[in-house]
Amino acid sequence: MSAADLSLLQRPNDRLRRRRAMNRGMELLALLAAALAVFILGVVVWSVAQRGASALNLDLFTKAQQAFAGPNVKQGLANAFAGTLVIVGLATALALPVGILIAIYVNEFAPPRVKYFVGLTLDVLFGVPAIVIGFFVYGLLVVGHGQSAFAGAFALGVIMLPLVARSTIEVLALVPNSLREAALGVGAPRWRMTLGVVLPQTVGGIVTGTTLAVARIAGETAPLLVTCSLAGNGIAWNPSHALQTIPVAIFEATESPYASDHALAWAGALVLVLFILFASLTARWVATRNRRKLARSR
Amino acid sequence: MMTGETKGETVFASSTIEPAVRVETKRQPLPPRERLEQVFDIQDLTAIYGSKPALKDVSMEVYKNLVTAVIGPSGCGKSTFIRCLNRMNDLVPSFRQTGTIRYHGQDIAGRDVDPVAVRRTIGMVFQRPNPFPKSIFDNVAWGLRVLGMKDDLSGRVERALTQAALWDEVKDRLKASGLSLSGGQQQRLCIARAIAVEPDVVLMDEPASALDPIATQAIEQLLHDLKSEYSFVIVTHNMQQAARVADMTAFFSISRGAEGERSGELIEYDSTEKIFTAPSDKRTEDYVTGRFG
Repeated sequence: MSAADLSLLQRPNDRLRRRRAMNRGMELLALLAAALAVFILGVVVWSVAQRGASALNLDLFTKAQQAFAGPNVKQGLANAFAGTLVIVGLATALALPVGILIAIYVNEFAPPRVKYFVGLTLDVLFGVPAIVIGFFVYGLLVVGHGQSAFAGAFALGVIMLPLVARSTIEVLALVPNSLREAALGVGAPRWRMTLGVVLPQTVGGIVTGTTLAVARIAGETAPLLVTCSLAGNGIAWNPSHALQTIPVAIFEATESPYASDHALAWAGALVLVLFILFASLTARWVATRNRRKLARSR
Repeated sequence: MMTGETKGETVFASSTIEPAVRVETKRQPLPPRERLEQVFDIQDLTAIYGSKPALKDVSMEVYKNLVTAVIGPSGCGKSTFIRCLNRMNDLVPSFRQTGTIRYHGQDIAGRDVDPVAVRRTIGMVFQRPNPFPKSIFDNVAWGLRVLGMKDDLSGRVERALTQAALWDEVKDRLKASGLSLSGGQQQRLCIARAIAVEPDVVLMDEPASALDPIATQAIEQLLHDLKSEYSFVIVTHNMQQAARVADMTAFFSISRGAEGERSGELIEYDSTEKIFTAPSDKRTEDYVTGRFG
Protein backbone atom coordinates (compact mmCIF):
# COMPACT_ATOMS: atom_id res chain seq x y z
CA MET A 1 0.00 0.00 0.00
CA SER A 2 1.41 3.35 -0.90
CA ALA A 3 2.12 5.70 1.96
CA ALA A 4 0.88 8.73 0.05
CA ASP A 5 -2.69 7.47 -0.26
CA LEU A 6 -4.25 9.60 2.48
CA SER A 7 -7.70 9.70 0.93
CA LEU A 8 -8.56 6.58 2.95
CA LEU A 9 -8.14 8.57 6.14
CA GLN A 10 -10.42 11.35 5.04
CA ARG A 11 -13.16 9.27 3.52
CA PRO A 12 -15.26 7.80 6.31
CA ASN A 13 -16.57 4.43 5.29
CA ASP A 14 -19.27 2.23 6.76
CA ARG A 15 -16.90 -0.17 8.42
CA LEU A 16 -15.10 2.60 10.26
CA ARG A 17 -18.37 4.12 11.36
CA ARG A 18 -19.62 0.79 12.63
CA ARG A 19 -16.37 0.25 14.49
CA ARG A 20 -16.64 3.62 16.19
CA ALA A 21 -20.22 3.01 17.23
CA MET A 22 -19.31 -0.39 18.63
CA ASN A 23 -16.41 1.16 20.54
CA ARG A 24 -18.64 3.82 22.09
CA GLY A 25 -21.32 1.27 22.95
CA MET A 26 -18.86 -1.03 24.73
CA GLU A 27 -17.28 1.85 26.60
CA LEU A 28 -20.70 2.90 27.78
CA LEU A 29 -21.55 -0.62 28.97
CA ALA A 30 -18.30 -0.84 30.94
CA LEU A 31 -18.97 2.55 32.48
CA LEU A 32 -22.50 1.51 33.46
CA ALA A 33 -21.21 -1.67 35.08
CA ALA A 34 -18.70 0.30 37.13
CA ALA A 35 -21.35 2.85 38.07
CA LEU A 36 -23.67 0.04 39.13
CA ALA A 37 -21.14 -1.26 41.66
CA VAL A 38 -20.68 2.20 43.15
CA PHE A 39 -24.44 2.76 43.10
CA ILE A 40 -25.20 -0.46 44.99
CA LEU A 41 -22.63 0.35 47.68
CA GLY A 42 -24.08 3.87 47.88
CA VAL A 43 -27.65 2.56 48.30
CA VAL A 44 -26.60 0.08 51.00
CA VAL A 45 -24.63 2.66 52.98
CA TRP A 46 -27.32 5.30 52.52
CA SER A 47 -30.25 3.11 53.57
CA VAL A 48 -28.34 1.71 56.55
CA ALA A 49 -27.23 5.21 57.59
CA GLN A 50 -30.73 6.67 57.18
CA ARG A 51 -32.38 4.04 59.33
CA GLY A 52 -29.54 3.47 61.78
CA ALA A 53 -28.57 7.06 62.50
CA SER A 54 -31.58 7.67 64.77
CA ALA A 55 -30.52 4.91 67.17
CA LEU A 56 -26.87 5.89 67.00
CA ASN A 57 -26.37 7.44 70.42
CA LEU A 58 -24.29 6.92 73.53
CA ASP A 59 -26.70 4.29 74.87
CA LEU A 60 -25.84 2.08 71.91
CA PHE A 61 -22.27 1.74 73.16
CA THR A 62 -22.86 1.77 76.92
CA LYS A 63 -26.06 -0.21 77.51
CA ALA A 64 -26.53 -3.90 76.92
CA GLN A 65 -29.42 -5.64 75.22
CA GLN A 66 -32.22 -6.77 77.52
CA ALA A 67 -34.00 -10.05 77.07
CA PHE A 68 -37.77 -9.73 76.54
CA ALA A 69 -37.51 -5.94 76.80
CA GLY A 70 -40.56 -4.06 75.66
CA PRO A 71 -40.43 -1.14 73.26
CA ASN A 72 -39.93 1.41 76.02
CA VAL A 73 -36.79 -0.03 77.62
CA LYS A 74 -33.57 1.80 76.75
CA GLN A 75 -31.07 -0.66 75.41
CA GLY A 76 -27.90 -0.69 73.40
CA LEU A 77 -25.51 -3.17 71.83
CA ALA A 78 -22.61 -2.84 74.26
CA ASN A 79 -22.71 -6.59 74.98
CA ALA A 80 -22.51 -7.37 71.26
CA PHE A 81 -19.59 -4.97 70.75
CA ALA A 82 -17.74 -6.55 73.68
CA GLY A 83 -18.40 -10.05 72.37
CA THR A 84 -17.33 -9.21 68.81
CA LEU A 85 -14.17 -7.62 70.17
CA VAL A 86 -13.30 -10.75 72.16
CA ILE A 87 -14.17 -13.22 69.40
CA VAL A 88 -12.52 -11.33 66.55
CA GLY A 89 -9.47 -10.72 68.76
CA LEU A 90 -9.20 -14.41 69.60
CA ALA A 91 -9.77 -15.44 65.97
CA THR A 92 -7.00 -13.08 64.86
CA ALA A 93 -4.67 -14.38 67.57
CA LEU A 94 -5.30 -17.90 66.27
CA ALA A 95 -5.17 -17.25 62.53
CA LEU A 96 -2.42 -14.62 62.29
CA PRO A 97 0.59 -16.62 63.52
CA VAL A 98 -0.51 -19.80 61.76
CA GLY A 99 -1.24 -17.90 58.55
CA ILE A 100 2.13 -16.15 58.58
CA LEU A 101 3.95 -19.42 59.27
CA ILE A 102 2.10 -21.10 56.40
CA ALA A 103 3.07 -18.23 54.11
CA ILE A 104 6.72 -18.32 55.19
CA TYR A 105 6.87 -22.05 54.64
CA VAL A 106 5.19 -21.86 51.24
CA ASN A 107 7.19 -18.94 49.93
CA GLU A 108 10.62 -19.47 51.48
CA PHE A 109 11.07 -23.18 52.08
CA ALA A 110 8.58 -25.39 50.24
CA PRO A 111 9.56 -27.20 47.04
CA PRO A 112 7.44 -26.09 44.06
CA ARG A 113 5.06 -29.06 44.21
CA VAL A 114 4.26 -28.62 47.89
CA LYS A 115 3.88 -24.90 47.25
CA TYR A 116 1.29 -25.60 44.57
CA PHE A 117 -0.56 -28.11 46.74
CA VAL A 118 -0.73 -25.84 49.80
CA GLY A 119 -1.80 -22.92 47.60
CA LEU A 120 -4.61 -25.03 46.19
CA THR A 121 -5.65 -26.12 49.69
CA LEU A 122 -5.84 -22.50 50.82
CA ASP A 123 -8.02 -21.64 47.82
CA VAL A 124 -10.38 -24.50 48.56
CA LEU A 125 -10.53 -23.59 52.24
CA PHE A 126 -11.30 -20.03 51.22
CA GLY A 127 -14.19 -21.30 49.12
CA VAL A 128 -15.78 -23.45 51.84
CA PRO A 129 -19.09 -21.81 52.84
CA ALA A 130 -18.99 -20.22 56.28
CA ILE A 131 -21.98 -22.24 57.49
CA VAL A 132 -20.12 -25.48 56.68
CA ILE A 133 -17.16 -24.30 58.74
CA GLY A 134 -19.66 -23.41 61.46
CA PHE A 135 -21.05 -26.93 61.57
CA PHE A 136 -17.57 -28.43 61.42
CA VAL A 137 -16.63 -26.49 64.55
CA TYR A 138 -20.03 -27.33 66.05
CA GLY A 139 -19.25 -31.01 65.73
CA LEU A 140 -15.68 -30.53 66.91
CA LEU A 141 -16.03 -28.18 69.86
CA VAL A 142 -19.68 -27.51 70.68
CA VAL A 143 -21.19 -31.00 70.90
CA GLY A 144 -20.66 -32.19 74.45
CA HIS A 145 -19.12 -28.91 75.60
CA GLY A 146 -21.74 -26.32 74.77
CA GLN A 147 -21.36 -23.07 72.92
CA SER A 148 -18.53 -20.72 73.74
CA ALA A 149 -16.73 -17.69 72.36
CA PHE A 150 -13.72 -19.99 71.90
CA ALA A 151 -15.72 -22.15 69.51
CA GLY A 152 -16.95 -19.06 67.64
CA ALA A 153 -13.43 -17.63 67.48
CA PHE A 154 -12.10 -20.96 66.22
CA ALA A 155 -14.67 -21.00 63.42
CA LEU A 156 -13.86 -17.40 62.45
CA GLY A 157 -10.15 -18.21 62.70
CA VAL A 158 -10.59 -21.03 60.16
CA ILE A 159 -12.33 -18.58 57.81
CA MET A 160 -9.57 -16.04 58.38
CA LEU A 161 -6.65 -18.44 57.89
CA PRO A 162 -6.62 -18.65 54.08
CA LEU A 163 -7.13 -14.88 53.83
CA VAL A 164 -4.12 -14.11 56.03
CA ALA A 165 -1.94 -16.83 54.48
CA ARG A 166 -2.78 -15.86 50.90
CA SER A 167 -2.15 -12.15 51.40
CA THR A 168 1.10 -12.84 53.27
CA ILE A 169 2.30 -15.16 50.49
CA GLU A 170 1.62 -12.35 48.04
CA VAL A 171 3.70 -9.77 49.93
CA LEU A 172 6.50 -12.25 50.55
CA ALA A 173 6.66 -12.89 46.82
CA LEU A 174 7.10 -9.13 46.30
CA VAL A 175 10.32 -9.06 48.32
CA PRO A 176 13.11 -8.99 45.72
CA ASN A 177 15.30 -12.09 45.58
CA SER A 178 18.38 -9.87 45.55
CA LEU A 179 17.74 -9.15 49.23
CA ARG A 180 17.58 -12.86 50.04
CA GLU A 181 20.84 -13.41 48.16
CA ALA A 182 22.43 -10.51 50.00
CA ALA A 183 21.52 -12.04 53.35
CA LEU A 184 22.69 -15.52 52.37
CA GLY A 185 25.84 -14.03 50.86
CA VAL A 186 27.13 -12.89 54.26
CA GLY A 187 26.64 -16.41 55.57
CA ALA A 188 23.23 -16.11 57.20
CA PRO A 189 21.15 -19.27 57.56
CA ARG A 190 17.75 -19.19 55.89
CA TRP A 191 15.76 -18.68 59.08
CA ARG A 192 17.87 -15.61 59.95
CA MET A 193 17.39 -14.32 56.41
CA THR A 194 13.62 -14.79 56.71
CA LEU A 195 13.30 -13.18 60.14
CA GLY A 196 15.90 -10.44 59.76
CA VAL A 197 15.55 -9.31 56.17
CA VAL A 198 12.47 -10.70 54.43
CA LEU A 199 9.80 -10.43 57.11
CA PRO A 200 10.48 -6.80 58.13
CA GLN A 201 9.83 -5.88 54.49
CA THR A 202 6.37 -7.39 54.62
CA VAL A 203 4.99 -5.99 57.88
CA GLY A 204 2.88 -3.41 56.04
CA GLY A 205 1.46 -6.03 53.71
CA ILE A 206 0.66 -8.39 56.56
CA VAL A 207 -1.14 -5.58 58.42
CA THR A 208 -3.16 -4.85 55.28
CA GLY A 209 -4.13 -8.47 54.74
CA THR A 210 -5.02 -8.96 58.37
CA THR A 211 -7.13 -5.80 58.49
CA LEU A 212 -9.11 -6.93 55.46
CA ALA A 213 -9.52 -10.38 56.98
CA VAL A 214 -10.73 -8.86 60.26
CA ALA A 215 -13.22 -6.72 58.35
CA ARG A 216 -14.44 -9.85 56.62
CA ILE A 217 -14.95 -11.99 59.73
CA ALA A 218 -16.39 -9.18 61.89
CA GLY A 219 -19.59 -9.41 59.87
CA GLU A 220 -19.66 -13.21 59.61
CA THR A 221 -22.95 -14.54 61.03
CA ALA A 222 -23.59 -18.11 59.96
CA PRO A 223 -20.81 -19.91 61.87
CA LEU A 224 -21.60 -17.94 65.02
CA LEU A 225 -25.27 -18.96 64.98
CA VAL A 226 -24.29 -22.56 65.67
CA THR A 227 -21.21 -22.01 67.80
CA CYS A 228 -21.82 -18.88 69.82
CA SER A 229 -25.33 -17.44 69.81
CA LEU A 230 -26.99 -18.42 73.11
CA ALA A 231 -25.50 -15.61 75.15
CA GLY A 232 -26.53 -14.47 78.62
CA ASN A 233 -27.67 -10.96 79.47
CA GLY A 234 -25.37 -8.06 80.09
CA ILE A 235 -21.86 -7.20 79.03
CA ALA A 236 -19.56 -10.21 79.38
CA TRP A 237 -15.95 -10.86 78.44
CA ASN A 238 -15.37 -14.48 79.44
CA PRO A 239 -14.60 -16.43 76.26
CA SER A 240 -15.45 -19.81 77.79
CA HIS A 241 -19.13 -18.81 77.59
CA ALA A 242 -21.11 -17.88 74.56
CA LEU A 243 -20.94 -14.11 73.95
CA GLN A 244 -23.30 -11.94 71.98
CA THR A 245 -21.88 -10.54 68.73
CA ILE A 246 -22.93 -7.74 66.41
CA PRO A 247 -24.01 -9.86 63.43
CA VAL A 248 -25.95 -12.29 65.64
CA ALA A 249 -27.52 -9.38 67.53
CA ILE A 250 -28.59 -7.83 64.25
CA PHE A 251 -30.04 -11.13 63.09
CA GLU A 252 -31.99 -11.60 66.33
CA ALA A 253 -33.20 -8.02 66.53
CA THR A 254 -34.63 -8.17 63.01
CA GLU A 255 -36.84 -11.06 64.12
CA SER A 256 -38.27 -9.05 67.02
CA PRO A 257 -41.80 -7.60 66.77
CA TYR A 258 -40.74 -4.23 68.23
CA ALA A 259 -39.74 -1.25 66.13
CA SER A 260 -37.16 -0.24 68.76
CA ASP A 261 -35.35 -3.55 68.19
CA HIS A 262 -35.37 -2.92 64.45
CA ALA A 263 -33.78 0.49 65.02
CA LEU A 264 -31.16 -1.20 67.17
CA ALA A 265 -30.43 -3.66 64.34
CA TRP A 266 -30.05 -0.81 61.87
CA ALA A 267 -27.70 1.02 64.23
CA GLY A 268 -25.63 -2.12 64.72
CA ALA A 269 -25.50 -2.60 60.95
CA LEU A 270 -24.38 0.99 60.49
CA VAL A 271 -21.55 0.60 63.00
CA LEU A 272 -20.48 -2.64 61.30
CA VAL A 273 -20.54 -1.07 57.82
CA LEU A 274 -18.61 1.96 59.04
CA PHE A 275 -16.05 -0.27 60.73
CA ILE A 276 -15.54 -2.33 57.57
CA LEU A 277 -15.31 0.81 55.45
CA PHE A 278 -12.77 2.33 57.82
CA ALA A 279 -10.74 -0.89 58.04
CA SER A 280 -10.64 -1.28 54.25
CA LEU A 281 -9.55 2.30 53.73
CA THR A 282 -6.82 1.97 56.35
CA ALA A 283 -5.67 -1.27 54.76
CA ARG A 284 -5.54 0.37 51.34
CA TRP A 285 -3.54 3.24 52.71
CA VAL A 286 -1.01 0.98 54.43
CA ALA A 287 -0.77 -1.17 51.30
CA THR A 288 0.00 1.80 49.04
CA ARG A 289 2.64 3.07 51.42
CA ASN A 290 4.18 -0.37 51.69
CA ARG A 291 4.27 -0.90 47.94
CA ARG A 292 6.08 2.38 47.52
CA LYS A 293 8.63 1.34 50.13
CA LEU A 294 9.20 -2.00 48.41
CA ALA A 295 9.55 -0.34 45.03
CA ARG A 296 12.35 1.81 46.43
CA SER A 297 14.31 -1.17 47.72
CA ARG A 298 14.14 -3.12 44.49
CA MET B 1 41.44 4.07 25.61
CA MET B 2 41.16 3.44 29.27
CA THR B 3 40.05 5.90 31.86
CA GLY B 4 42.28 4.84 34.75
CA GLU B 5 45.68 6.10 35.85
CA THR B 6 48.29 6.24 33.15
CA LYS B 7 51.40 6.81 35.23
CA GLY B 8 52.11 3.07 35.34
CA GLU B 9 54.62 1.59 32.99
CA THR B 10 53.41 -0.12 29.88
CA VAL B 11 53.96 -3.72 30.74
CA PHE B 12 52.56 -5.36 27.67
CA ALA B 13 54.63 -3.46 25.14
CA SER B 14 55.81 -6.62 23.50
CA SER B 15 52.32 -7.50 22.38
CA THR B 16 52.15 -9.98 19.57
CA ILE B 17 48.53 -9.21 18.74
CA GLU B 18 46.63 -5.97 18.57
CA PRO B 19 44.19 -6.14 21.48
CA ALA B 20 41.16 -3.88 21.61
CA VAL B 21 42.32 -2.96 25.07
CA ARG B 22 45.73 -1.67 25.96
CA VAL B 23 46.76 -2.69 29.43
CA GLU B 24 48.75 -0.02 31.14
CA THR B 25 48.56 -0.43 34.88
CA LYS B 26 51.32 -0.78 37.40
CA ARG B 27 51.69 -4.46 37.83
CA GLN B 28 54.05 -6.86 39.54
CA PRO B 29 54.99 -9.81 37.39
CA LEU B 30 53.29 -12.95 38.70
CA PRO B 31 55.41 -15.67 40.26
CA PRO B 32 55.15 -19.03 38.51
CA ARG B 33 51.81 -20.71 39.06
CA GLU B 34 53.18 -23.71 40.95
CA ARG B 35 54.50 -21.35 43.62
CA LEU B 36 51.12 -19.72 44.19
CA GLU B 37 48.84 -20.98 46.94
CA GLN B 38 45.58 -22.48 45.68
CA VAL B 39 42.27 -21.35 47.11
CA PHE B 40 40.00 -23.24 44.76
CA ASP B 41 40.82 -26.32 42.76
CA ILE B 42 37.92 -26.93 40.39
CA GLN B 43 37.76 -30.18 38.44
CA ASP B 44 35.29 -31.05 35.67
CA LEU B 45 32.58 -28.73 36.94
CA THR B 46 29.38 -29.18 34.96
CA ALA B 47 26.29 -27.16 35.86
CA ILE B 48 22.78 -27.79 34.61
CA TYR B 49 19.59 -25.77 35.03
CA GLY B 50 16.69 -28.17 34.53
CA SER B 51 17.74 -29.90 31.33
CA LYS B 52 19.72 -26.93 30.03
CA PRO B 53 23.49 -27.27 30.49
CA ALA B 54 24.99 -23.95 31.54
CA LEU B 55 28.60 -25.01 32.02
CA LYS B 56 30.57 -28.00 30.82
CA ASP B 57 33.71 -29.56 32.28
CA VAL B 58 35.37 -26.50 33.73
CA SER B 59 38.71 -27.19 35.40
CA MET B 60 40.81 -24.38 36.82
CA GLU B 61 42.50 -23.17 39.98
CA VAL B 62 42.03 -19.89 41.80
CA TYR B 63 45.01 -18.50 43.66
CA LYS B 64 45.32 -16.74 46.98
CA ASN B 65 45.60 -12.96 47.17
CA LEU B 66 45.08 -12.49 43.48
CA VAL B 67 42.25 -10.98 41.51
CA THR B 68 40.92 -13.59 39.12
CA ALA B 69 38.69 -12.28 36.36
CA VAL B 70 36.14 -14.33 34.47
CA ILE B 71 35.34 -12.83 31.07
CA GLY B 72 33.31 -13.94 28.11
CA PRO B 73 30.22 -13.18 26.03
CA SER B 74 26.70 -13.14 27.49
CA GLY B 75 25.34 -16.58 28.26
CA CYS B 76 28.71 -18.27 28.57
CA GLY B 77 28.08 -19.29 32.18
CA LYS B 78 30.29 -16.76 33.97
CA SER B 79 27.72 -16.00 36.64
CA THR B 80 26.74 -19.64 37.00
CA PHE B 81 30.41 -20.43 37.54
CA ILE B 82 31.07 -18.06 40.41
CA ARG B 83 27.71 -18.84 41.99
CA CYS B 84 28.90 -22.45 42.17
CA LEU B 85 31.86 -21.32 44.27
CA ASN B 86 29.71 -20.33 47.26
CA ARG B 87 26.72 -22.59 46.66
CA MET B 88 24.47 -19.69 45.67
CA ASN B 89 22.89 -21.87 42.97
CA ASP B 90 21.38 -24.02 45.71
CA LEU B 91 18.54 -21.50 45.69
CA VAL B 92 17.52 -22.54 42.18
CA PRO B 93 15.35 -25.66 42.55
CA SER B 94 16.18 -27.18 39.14
CA PHE B 95 19.94 -26.68 39.50
CA ARG B 96 22.29 -29.68 39.38
CA GLN B 97 26.05 -29.82 39.27
CA THR B 98 28.72 -32.48 38.93
CA GLY B 99 32.47 -32.37 39.39
CA THR B 100 34.47 -31.26 42.38
CA ILE B 101 35.27 -27.87 43.83
CA ARG B 102 38.04 -28.11 46.39
CA TYR B 103 38.41 -25.13 48.67
CA HIS B 104 41.78 -25.32 50.45
CA GLY B 105 41.67 -29.02 49.71
CA GLN B 106 38.16 -29.63 51.00
CA ASP B 107 35.29 -30.49 48.68
CA ILE B 108 32.52 -27.93 49.03
CA ALA B 109 30.26 -29.10 46.20
CA GLY B 110 28.92 -32.20 47.97
CA ARG B 111 25.36 -32.43 49.21
CA ASP B 112 26.58 -33.11 52.75
CA VAL B 113 28.41 -29.77 52.95
CA ASP B 114 26.47 -27.00 54.69
CA PRO B 115 26.12 -24.14 52.19
CA VAL B 116 25.76 -21.66 55.05
CA ALA B 117 29.21 -22.60 56.35
CA VAL B 118 30.62 -22.20 52.84
CA ARG B 119 29.14 -18.73 52.44
CA ARG B 120 30.57 -17.60 55.75
CA THR B 121 34.10 -17.74 54.38
CA ILE B 122 33.27 -17.07 50.74
CA GLY B 123 31.43 -13.77 50.51
CA MET B 124 29.66 -12.28 47.53
CA VAL B 125 28.96 -8.93 45.91
CA PHE B 126 26.19 -8.87 43.34
CA GLN B 127 25.60 -7.24 40.00
CA ARG B 128 23.08 -4.72 41.23
CA PRO B 129 23.76 -3.03 44.56
CA ASN B 130 21.41 -4.71 47.03
CA PRO B 131 21.76 -3.04 50.42
CA PHE B 132 19.25 -4.09 53.06
CA PRO B 133 16.49 -1.55 53.68
CA LYS B 134 18.20 -0.81 56.98
CA SER B 135 20.54 1.92 58.17
CA ILE B 136 24.06 2.16 56.78
CA PHE B 137 25.43 0.92 60.09
CA ASP B 138 23.01 -2.01 60.29
CA ASN B 139 23.77 -3.01 56.72
CA VAL B 140 27.33 -3.77 57.76
CA ALA B 141 26.51 -4.87 61.30
CA TRP B 142 23.76 -7.33 60.36
CA GLY B 143 26.14 -9.98 59.08
CA LEU B 144 28.41 -9.48 62.09
CA ARG B 145 25.49 -9.99 64.46
CA VAL B 146 24.31 -13.06 62.58
CA LEU B 147 27.76 -14.63 62.73
CA GLY B 148 28.17 -13.72 66.40
CA MET B 149 31.07 -11.30 65.78
CA LYS B 150 29.57 -8.83 68.22
CA ASP B 151 32.70 -7.76 70.07
CA ASP B 152 33.69 -4.22 69.06
CA LEU B 153 30.76 -4.02 66.66
CA SER B 154 31.18 -0.34 65.84
CA GLY B 155 34.94 -0.76 65.39
CA ARG B 156 34.37 -3.59 62.94
CA VAL B 157 31.78 -1.57 61.05
CA GLU B 158 34.13 1.38 60.82
CA ARG B 159 37.02 -0.78 59.62
CA ALA B 160 34.87 -2.41 56.94
CA LEU B 161 33.52 0.92 55.73
CA THR B 162 37.05 2.36 55.70
CA GLN B 163 38.36 -0.58 53.70
CA ALA B 164 35.51 -0.10 51.26
CA ALA B 165 36.52 3.59 50.93
CA LEU B 166 33.11 4.72 52.11
CA TRP B 167 33.74 5.75 55.72
CA ASP B 168 34.51 9.42 55.04
CA GLU B 169 31.34 9.83 53.02
CA VAL B 170 28.97 8.21 55.52
CA LYS B 171 30.54 8.60 58.98
CA ASP B 172 28.18 11.45 59.85
CA ARG B 173 25.02 9.66 58.80
CA LEU B 174 25.40 6.05 59.80
CA LYS B 175 21.74 5.99 60.82
CA ALA B 176 20.51 7.02 57.38
CA SER B 177 19.01 4.30 55.21
CA GLY B 178 21.43 2.38 53.04
CA LEU B 179 19.00 3.05 50.20
CA SER B 180 19.60 6.79 50.47
CA LEU B 181 23.11 6.40 49.04
CA SER B 182 24.01 6.72 45.36
CA GLY B 183 24.45 3.58 43.26
CA GLY B 184 28.23 3.60 43.56
CA GLN B 185 28.08 4.21 47.30
CA GLN B 186 25.52 1.44 47.67
CA GLN B 187 27.83 -0.99 45.91
CA ARG B 188 30.72 0.00 48.18
CA LEU B 189 28.37 -0.49 51.12
CA CYS B 190 27.70 -3.99 49.82
CA ILE B 191 31.44 -4.57 49.59
CA ALA B 192 31.83 -3.34 53.17
CA ARG B 193 29.05 -5.70 54.22
CA ALA B 194 30.81 -8.59 52.50
CA ILE B 195 34.28 -7.93 53.95
CA ALA B 196 33.06 -7.01 57.44
CA VAL B 197 32.55 -10.68 58.27
CA GLU B 198 36.21 -11.33 57.34
CA PRO B 199 35.73 -13.78 54.51
CA ASP B 200 38.62 -15.54 52.85
CA VAL B 201 37.36 -15.05 49.31
CA VAL B 202 35.08 -12.37 47.87
CA LEU B 203 33.15 -13.27 44.74
CA MET B 204 31.95 -10.37 42.61
CA ASP B 205 29.34 -10.84 39.91
CA GLU B 206 29.76 -7.88 37.54
CA PRO B 207 30.04 -5.49 40.49
CA ALA B 208 30.41 -2.37 38.36
CA SER B 209 28.03 -3.07 35.51
CA ALA B 210 25.32 -0.85 36.98
CA LEU B 211 27.72 1.97 37.90
CA ASP B 212 29.09 5.05 36.18
CA PRO B 213 32.81 5.25 35.25
CA ILE B 214 33.86 7.17 38.37
CA ALA B 215 32.15 4.75 40.74
CA THR B 216 33.62 1.91 38.69
CA GLN B 217 37.10 3.33 39.14
CA ALA B 218 36.56 3.54 42.90
CA ILE B 219 35.60 -0.13 43.03
CA GLU B 220 38.58 -1.16 40.92
CA GLN B 221 40.91 0.81 43.17
CA LEU B 222 39.40 -1.09 46.09
CA LEU B 223 40.30 -4.41 44.52
CA HIS B 224 43.91 -3.30 44.18
CA ASP B 225 44.03 -2.15 47.79
CA LEU B 226 42.31 -5.16 49.31
CA LYS B 227 43.79 -8.09 47.45
CA SER B 228 46.62 -8.40 49.94
CA GLU B 229 43.96 -9.47 52.46
CA TYR B 230 41.41 -11.31 50.36
CA SER B 231 41.24 -13.35 47.21
CA PHE B 232 38.86 -12.00 44.60
CA VAL B 233 37.01 -13.69 41.79
CA ILE B 234 35.32 -11.13 39.60
CA VAL B 235 32.97 -11.71 36.70
CA THR B 236 32.96 -8.94 34.16
CA HIS B 237 31.80 -8.47 30.61
CA ASN B 238 34.05 -5.46 30.41
CA MET B 239 37.45 -6.45 29.01
CA GLN B 240 39.09 -3.18 29.99
CA GLN B 241 38.08 -3.87 33.55
CA ALA B 242 39.57 -7.36 33.52
CA ALA B 243 42.76 -5.97 32.02
CA ARG B 244 42.96 -3.27 34.68
CA VAL B 245 42.22 -5.26 37.82
CA ALA B 246 42.93 -8.93 37.26
CA ASP B 247 46.11 -10.93 37.77
CA MET B 248 44.64 -14.05 36.24
CA THR B 249 41.92 -14.14 33.61
CA ALA B 250 39.68 -16.99 32.57
CA PHE B 251 37.95 -16.71 29.22
CA PHE B 252 34.65 -18.55 28.91
CA SER B 253 32.71 -18.96 25.71
CA ILE B 254 29.65 -20.72 24.33
CA SER B 255 30.14 -24.02 22.64
CA ARG B 256 27.63 -26.10 20.76
CA GLY B 257 27.21 -29.77 21.55
CA ALA B 258 26.42 -32.60 19.16
CA GLU B 259 22.69 -31.79 19.13
CA GLY B 260 23.25 -28.08 18.86
CA GLU B 261 22.67 -27.40 22.54
CA ARG B 262 24.58 -24.40 23.85
CA SER B 263 26.64 -24.51 26.97
CA GLY B 264 29.41 -22.46 28.50
CA GLU B 265 32.94 -23.74 28.59
CA LEU B 266 36.32 -22.54 29.75
CA ILE B 267 38.41 -21.76 26.70
CA GLU B 268 41.58 -20.43 28.22
CA TYR B 269 42.89 -19.57 31.65
CA ASP B 270 46.17 -17.81 32.14
CA SER B 271 47.77 -14.66 33.46
CA THR B 272 45.92 -11.54 32.36
CA GLU B 273 49.00 -10.43 30.46
CA LYS B 274 49.09 -13.65 28.48
CA ILE B 275 45.34 -13.65 27.76
CA PHE B 276 45.37 -10.12 26.41
CA THR B 277 48.67 -10.17 24.54
CA ALA B 278 49.46 -13.68 23.48
CA PRO B 279 46.42 -15.91 23.87
CA SER B 280 46.98 -19.47 22.78
CA ASP B 281 43.45 -20.06 21.56
CA LYS B 282 42.05 -18.43 18.43
CA ARG B 283 38.68 -17.83 20.12
CA THR B 284 40.32 -15.91 22.95
CA GLU B 285 42.20 -13.82 20.46
CA ASP B 286 39.01 -13.06 18.53
CA TYR B 287 37.30 -12.02 21.72
CA VAL B 288 40.04 -9.81 23.19
CA THR B 289 40.69 -8.14 19.86
CA GLY B 290 37.03 -7.29 19.61
CA ARG B 291 36.28 -9.44 16.58
CA PHE B 292 33.64 -11.37 18.50
CA GLY B 293 31.53 -10.82 21.58
